[in-house]
Amino acid sequence: MQPNPSSSALPPAWATQVESQLVDGEKVLAWLETDLDAQLHFASGLLVVTNLRLLSRSSTDAPWQDWTYRQGIMLTRRDHSGIGSLELADADSLLARWRYTLSNNIAAGRLIEHFLRQLSHHLTGELPPSPEQILCPKCQSVLDTPLPPGQEECALCSKEIYTPPSTWTLFRLWRFARPYKWRLLAGFLLTLGSTAATLVPPYMTMPLMDNVLIPYQNGKPIDTDLVTLYLSGLFGAALLAWMLGWARTYVLALVSERIGADLRTATYEHLLKLSQEYFGGKRTGDLMARIGSETDRINIFISLHLLDFATDVLMIAMTTIILVSINPWLALVTLLPLPIIAWLIHVVRDKLRTGFEKVDRIWAEVTNVLADTIPGMRVVKAFAQEKREAARFRATNQHNLEVNDRVNRIWSLFTPTVTLLTEIGLLVVWIFGIWQVSENAITVGVLTAFLAYISRFYLRLDSMSRIVSFTQKAAAGTKRIFEILDQTSSVPEPANPVHLPTVTGRIELRGVSFRYGTRSVTRDISIAIEPGEMVGLVGHSGSGKSTLVNLICRFYDVTEGAILIDGVDIRSLPVAEYRKHVGLVLQEPFLFFGTIAENIAYGKPEATRAEIVAAARAAHAHEFILRLPHGYDSLAGERGQALSGGERQRISIARALLIDPRILILDEATSSVDTTTEKEIQKALDNLVRGRTTIAIAHRLSTLRGANRLIVLDRGSIVEVGNHDELMARAGHYYNLYQAQARNVDTEDDLRRQDSALKTEEARI
Amino acid sequence: MIAQPDFQLSRNAFGRLVFTGPDGRAQEGVVPVRAFPIAAPDQGIALIDSQGHELAWIDRLVNLPDELRTLIEAELGSREFMPEIKRILEVSSFATPCTWQVETDRGVTAFILKGEENIRRLTPPALLITESHGIHFLIRDRFALDHHSRKILDRFL
Repeated sequence: MQPNPSSSALPPAWATQVESQLVDGEKVLAWLETDLDAQLHFASGLLVVTNLRLLSRSSTDAPWQDWTYRQGIMLTRRDHSGIGSLELADADSLLARWRYTLSNNIAAGRLIEHFLRQLSHHLTGELPPSPEQILCPKCQSVLDTPLPPGQEECALCSKEIYTPPSTWTLFRLWRFARPYKWRLLAGFLLTLGSTAATLVPPYMTMPLMDNVLIPYQNGKPIDTDLVTLYLSGLFGAALLAWMLGWARTYVLALVSERIGADLRTATYEHLLKLSQEYFGGKRTGDLMARIGSETDRINIFISLHLLDFATDVLMIAMTTIILVSINPWLALVTLLPLPIIAWLIHVVRDKLRTGFEKVDRIWAEVTNVLADTIPGMRVVKAFAQEKREAARFRATNQHNLEVNDRVNRIWSLFTPTVTLLTEIGLLVVWIFGIWQVSENAITVGVLTAFLAYISRFYLRLDSMSRIVSFTQKAAAGTKRIFEILDQTSSVPEPANPVHLPTVTGRIELRGVSFRYGTRSVTRDISIAIEPGEMVGLVGHSGSGKSTLVNLICRFYDVTEGAILIDGVDIRSLPVAEYRKHVGLVLQEPFLFFGTIAENIAYGKPEATRAEIVAAARAAHAHEFILRLPHGYDSLAGERGQALSGGERQRISIARALLIDPRILILDEATSSVDTTTEKEIQKALDNLVRGRTTIAIAHRLSTLRGANRLIVLDRGSIVEVGNHDELMARAGHYYNLYQAQARNVDTEDDLRRQDSALKTEEARI
Repeated sequence: MIAQPDFQLSRNAFGRLVFTGPDGRAQEGVVPVRAFPIAAPDQGIALIDSQGHELAWIDRLVNLPDELRTLIEAELGSREFMPEIKRILEVSSFATPCTWQVETDRGVTAFILKGEENIRRLTPPALLITESHGIHFLIRDRFALDHHSRKILDRFL
């Protein structure tokens, strides 16, 4: 007998236990580690399918149970709000039930598959052929299509990687700084020079004191030449420091501005690549705040604070060297408070970092409240809820205040403490210095120089302590930016993409399931759509029609199963290349700000004017566009021309026509317009559909008359397939839907007629 | 006040609930669903058939006769899964995504938090954490947690 690959993968905790249960010639085919018990408490259990029976242990100390294969025995799985259950039943009753969290769902599916194979083997005597099984080398799950060469893990495992971003987030900015490294080096050298220049004047005070002033006090005349020399040295140093300082600030500001701009662009570009799933879970305000203000904060941090910090560190290092070279003992005393300040900075840093992260989050929350309310202003006003919205904003703002207050409490204490330490440090130097002078160990000049140095020195320390807050703010900002940059798209680009230059338009869905959170939206859908065929998706709202279309467009990736186009898994095609083959017409056509011509050419910016006009003609949009004051150059989109729903829809049809896709998806394309307009759109659509594989969703069943086949969905599964007449004859789901609509149609039409009559009247007024 | 409802409920050999309505028609695979699972778990419970249609509405669970109530409670108990976090033992990182080790009313477990936005503020002081597979973890009163848990949680709020 050959060793079974899945038995070797038994979790080590269970392996020996299972071995002891097996009889001769029995081998483990599949297993599932259940992580919940009957009362839904977290408890580890195991379920094993062998070639002889089903073995199970509900927890590590429960007795083993087993069931042999016999007639009527059945294993089924169900899931509900995040928990899956496997039920073993025979014809009369339920035999056992196991529960697990959905992270084990794939293993459960595999277990059932093996169980059913063995069952049929024991009942009929012959082993059904093992389904073409290709296992993912990483997670051992069964794949529907072979992995493209070079790809080492399946889409499911690449989805499951969750590693937190490193804590050294600020260093990750290097990726953006690298292109400017020479300019950065120049900036650093300039900093070095300018800092050194600022250290000359205090040094000059030493000879000025000892060689000029003290001798004068002792009765000697002032040596004018010496004074001129020292003072011109002072002036020269100041001038040099000014020039170098100007150059370095300019160079570094230039670089940081560019880094900031690169960061913003990179973040936005990355954002555009993320899947629809990501945007579903994020709020607009938060994303806008991240890209806008966070990048700016990082930018300022690099150009101002980081620069200051570098200067400070250099200054402190140089000062230390100078001080030690003049008098090591005095230097030691001077530098005494340094470790205390460093420790203080360290302590406060941790508290401040969490504080600033909180401030950022609450700030995003404030923006979110605005972003939620302003687009819905009509609703707010209609329901007279201004007061409530104001209260909501005030509450968030209050929260903002509280968080800020807490941060400020620590922060406000911090700066004065550093100042106090500085003063104490000065005091110590005075005491020690006076004693040394009295002992004649040092000259008055040395003491003066020291005092001049350390007043600068501590001043720098003080400003250095400020960097803590800015660094923390920038680190928090960087973290939030990299959260976007680290987000891998849940519709990942394949590592080794397959290119399909031409597509015939054959779409095949194999066992497609999709789950949104814990909610199973579509279940095990399998269907093949031939090139050029028009298929209508029918069902109640919430039956999974739009989800299916989103999956075919690859806005989301399937949870289980695969979607194939011309026999190739769409996950192995480059996303943008694949979407070029797909044309989409939505219920609410979205027009971007720009001219009508630009909107039509959105999917093909290089289109000629003739092509645009041809597309508009085919979409029956040409004539109304010509009636607009600026024709094709009229502005559409926000604040642009007021176009009616039907007109906007025809523009979006022209948009789809222009890219000439092989696959066309009409998602409720005619739902938001009245029947008259619908007829016009329908004419445009007929042009569009011709010769393309079309998947149409329509609420109004009458619009799907032209479809070759209708697929009736109910709660995520296909319940009926066939053309209109067949389905009517079957008197099933479709029949019920159709009857329900037929009853409404008359009244609906009446209402619409009244409605449009009103509209024309309004227009006349 | 306990009133006899106009329907019957029983459990069959397959462990499914069978509903017998006022018209005497029996339906198998009936599921009780709470309308307000967080805000008012004991008010408003609907009995839903396998097609998703509502069969009966129960205003308050306490108004039901004992046997019926235990039947429904047992079924709800075996279906509902919202572990309540009692203690946060450890988080792998303060940056998301990260793994949380928690002690819940259903035992110790670990889950992955994808982002801070998956921690939802309910009516204070309750919080609802949605993990990467969509399971909800409830924190009924975040101020009642111990100091260590509160400190960890605070980093994410």
